[in-house]
Order: sequence, then structure tokens, then C-alpha cells
Amino acid sequence: MLDSGTSGWRNRLMLGLLLAPALVWLFALIVLPHLDLALLSFRERIAPREYRLSLAQYRIFFSEPLYWHIFVRTAALSALATLLTLLIAFPVAWTIAKLARGRASSLLFVVCLIPFWVSETVRTLGWMILLRESGVLPGLLVKLGITDVPVELLYRDGTILVGLVYTSLLFMVVPLVSSLESLDNALIEAAYNLGGNGWSVLRQIVIPHAAPGITAGCIVVFMLTLGNYLTPNLLGGKNSQWFTEQIYAQFIIRFNWEQGAAFGFLLLLLSTTMVWLGLKLSGQRFGEVMRRA
Amino acid sequence: MIPSLPRPAWLRFGTAFYLGAFLVFLFLPLVVVAVFAFNDAPYPAPPWHGFTLDWFIGNEARGRTGLFGDEEILGSIWTSFTVASWVTALSVAVGTVNSFLIERARFPGKPALSLLMLAPLVIPGVILGISILAFASRIAQFADDVFGLELEFLRPGLPLVVAGQFSYIVAIATLTISARLKRFDRTLEEAAYNLGASRAAVLWTITLPYLRPALIGSAAISFLMSFENFNTTLMLVGADSPLTIMMYGRMREGASPVLNAVSLFLMVASALLALTLMRGGPRREGAAAA
Repeated sequence: MLDSGTSGWRNRLMLGLLLAPALVWLFALIVLPHLDLALLSFRERIAPREYRLSLAQYRIFFSEPLYWHIFVRTAALSALATLLTLLIAFPVAWTIAKLARGRASSLLFVVCLIPFWVSETVRTLGWMILLRESGVLPGLLVKLGITDVPVELLYRDGTILVGLVYTSLLFMVVPLVSSLESLDNALIEAAYNLGGNGWSVLRQIVIPHAAPGITAGCIVVFMLTLGNYLTPNLLGGKNSQWFTEQIYAQFIIRFNWEQGAAFGFLLLLLSTTMVWLGLKLSGQRFGEVMRRA
Repeated sequence: MIPSLPRPAWLRFGTAFYLGAFLVFLFLPLVVVAVFAFNDAPYPAPPWHGFTLDWFIGNEARGRTGLFGDEEILGSIWTSFTVASWVTALSVAVGTVNSFLIERARFPGKPALSLLMLAPLVIPGVILGISILAFASRIAQFADDVFGLELEFLRPGLPLVVAGQFSYIVAIATLTISARLKRFDRTLEEAAYNLGASRAAVLWTITLPYLRPALIGSAAISFLMSFENFNTTLMLVGADSPLTIMMYGRMREGASPVLNAVSLFLMVASALLALTLMRGGPRREGAAAA
């Protein structure tokens, strides 16, 4: 076969055939388009079909408060959504990995995955029916006497967070369960025998052991949240002010591709920095984390 | 905290309560979508006006168009189906070749290449979309300027949507298939060679049958991810809208129970897909990769 050591032309031809699809995929669809996007973001139109190299697009981003406000806001809300997802998912993952046994554990795991087989559009539609002024929850609040008139629960930051956390749960539960399952119960028992309490066991035994899973989950959730368009746009309405909407507006509505490319690059930079930082802080390797996720 | 340790009653109760609340949170949106597909009112909101199938089969007397009479939605389902079929076929084929490349071949720069294969998974979908859009139209522009060629497939439209979705779905297919190929016992192939089998025969009768569960699993996941993709598609779509884009447009215009009817159809379809998958092979890997 390929690695048998003989270096005949057949082996080289075989290697070439195996390499070709991967190279076409990675260069034609990933590397070159991103280089092109970078070039696009560093140019400025000075006359019809005439361009020059400049930092104008980035200057506009920093000099126009609206743009970087939305950028910072998107980053902050994404970080908050990631944290909330982790806090909500952890007890569930713990129950699946440690408390439930055998069939109950598998069943619970599958039940947690079911909603994510359904399109994000459908899930968002569900939240809209639940939360809009004429919807299910405002009506319920009136019936229970909590509010006098139906309140609009859509178009708030809280609504966006609910939607984002909901969409992200799967990507947190799966890596958490797989990292918690490999934790030996005897370690926890030993820690208690040695006088540990719930908090110190969590901090010194469980979290260090689950760190790869936590990192993998947080990286994926943050990246997906930051790049989400559908959920903030539909649940936040005009108030969503999500950075991806700015990219869409520049590219598709205003046809200002240079500006859109610069925005896209800034978002990519933020996302990559956070991924790198997450890996650095937890001392993980990118390849392993992605395989885990 | 674990079953072998005594847990106080309040903690047991608290865990059960939390889990219950979590499941309600998970399923509530899906349940309301399903329920209001059958409400006899032009708007998917309470109160309940009685049961009807109008939003599926339509009702001419009351001027209602149901899902099965809505040409636009049916067309977009077909569009999504076509796109997803292409993406699935391409992703599984290229993913399989990539797995052999990663697991079997030796060449300089391999670690870098296998790392690069994971990159599409950490690039936000919107950015994959705009970069491919910009690059494709630069090439189209170049072809037009230099050779006077009009390359229609490089303009926003379904071929670009397929390319955009493929660009990251193939990374997932590669991961799934190479994980199984890694566990393959090479002595089986060697035995077949010793018995005089040709390379093609070994691949066809030994290796590919072994990979079958991973191939089927990654095909199902590719199809599902393509069918449900929104972010990348939004940037690359032309005149023909896939279902998610069509639904998004309708949701912005206002609510209609027809959308609930399509959603219910989608839920049933993905449930059937999930059930078929669960019947074959060990469950966790495939589901987790979704």
C-alpha cells in the first residue's frame, strides 16, 4: 500500500489522487477566498473600477462609534451566552455521565439531543410564538395575575440570550458528557474520604479533569454564537444589533464589499483570538479539542 | 454527587426538579410549533380555536392555502433537497478520500494539512459565505474581462450554496469517517492480499464494507446540516431560495400557521432520519457528531 516504502510512480500517482480533492477543497474554498477577503478589506475605491491600497475600511470601523459598539456588544453578549450555556449544561451533563445509569443515561442523552435534529429556524419560530406579545407566555402571565396586560417579551437582550443559549446547549452537553464519563468515581470518593467537600471536589478534581471538554464546548459555543445571524435577528428584531447583521448589510444591501470584508475580517480575528486564548489558558491542542467536539 | 455517596433528600429533589425544568425548556418551543399547526385561526397564537387540517391541505371556502398547495414552499423544499443531495454526495466522497489520506498516506506537511482540514469548523458560517462569494465573483469578473466568458455558476445561486455548505460539512464527514478508519484492523487487508486479492477487490469487499456505518452516518449528518444551514446559505443564495431562507423571509413578514405546518413536517422528517440511524450501529458517535 501507500506506506509500504517502495517509491514507485504508482505510489506517487496514488498519493496525488488522494491529495487532489483535499487540496482543491482547502485552497479553492478556504485559503484563497480568505486571502481574497483580506485583500478586499485593504483597498479603497477612488473612482469607478479603480482602487488603491488603504486602511480606510478599518479606519471607518474605529471612527464610527456605532460599528465598534455593535462589535463589542456582540462579543460581550456571546461571552455571556457561552457562560450561561456552560452553567446550564453542566448539571445536565453531570446527571447523564454520573447519576443516571445504563439505559436511563443513554435515553436521557438521546432526549437531550432530539431538539437539535430540528432546524434552528423551527426552534426560533417556537420561541417567537411563545414570547411575542400575543403569544403563549405573555398570555399565561396575565392569567396568573403577574402582569395586567400582555407584555412584549421579544426584541429584548434577554430574549436574544435565551435563544442563543437554547441553540448552543447541544454543543456544550456533548463534550461535557464525554469528558465527565472518563472521570473515575473512585477519585471523587477518595477526595471525600480525605475530607473534601462538594465545592473543593468540584474545583480540584472535577473541573481539572473536565477541562478539555469545557474548553471544547466553550470554544464551539462562542464561535457559533458570535457568527449567528438567525437567532439575534429574529428574536431581537431592530434592537438586536448583532455584528453579523452589519456584515450582511454591507455585503448584500449596500453592496459595499470592501467595508463588509473588513468587518468580516474583524469578526474572524475576534473568533480566532478567543479560540487561541481558550486553548492557551487550558493548555490544549487544537486538533484534539476539535476531535472531541 | 455520585450514586455511591449518600445524597441528602433536598439534593435528589433539586436534581430531579432541575432536570424536569431543563426538559420543559428544551421541548416547549417544539411543542408549541406543532400544536399551533392545527389551530383553526389565521394566526399561530392562543387562544385555541379548535382543530383543523386547513394549514396542511388548504381550504378554498375560507381562502386558506395549506402547505400542500403552497407552490413557493414546496419549491423551496425541493431546492433544499437538491442542494442537500449534492452536498451529501460530495462531502461523503471527498471525506472518504481525505480519511485515506490522513490515516494511510505519508507525505511531508501532513500534520499541517490535517490541522488545516479542521479550520473550516472554527470559521463563522457568515464569513465562509462572504469569502466564497467575493472570491467567486472575482474569478467571474476575471473570466469576463480577459476571456469574455460569462460564468453564471460563479454568481450567487445554488452552485455557490453547494460550495459554501460543502466547504465545512466535508470537514465533519472527514472527522467521522477517519475516526472509524483509524480503528480498522490492517491485518484483514493483508490477509486478503495474501489470498491473491487485487487492490480494488480489497477496497470493495473489505475496507469499504467496514466503513459503511461511518459512511451512512456521515451522509445523514451531511444531509441534515445542509438542509438546515442558514448562515452560509444566506450570503450565497440567488433567485431560488432553499427552505430555511424562504421560512426566514416569511417569518419576518409575519406569522402564518403554514410555517408551523412546514416545521412539523421538518420535525417528523428529522425524527424519522434519527430513528433510522439509531436502528443501525452504536448510537453515541453518530448522534454526538450532529
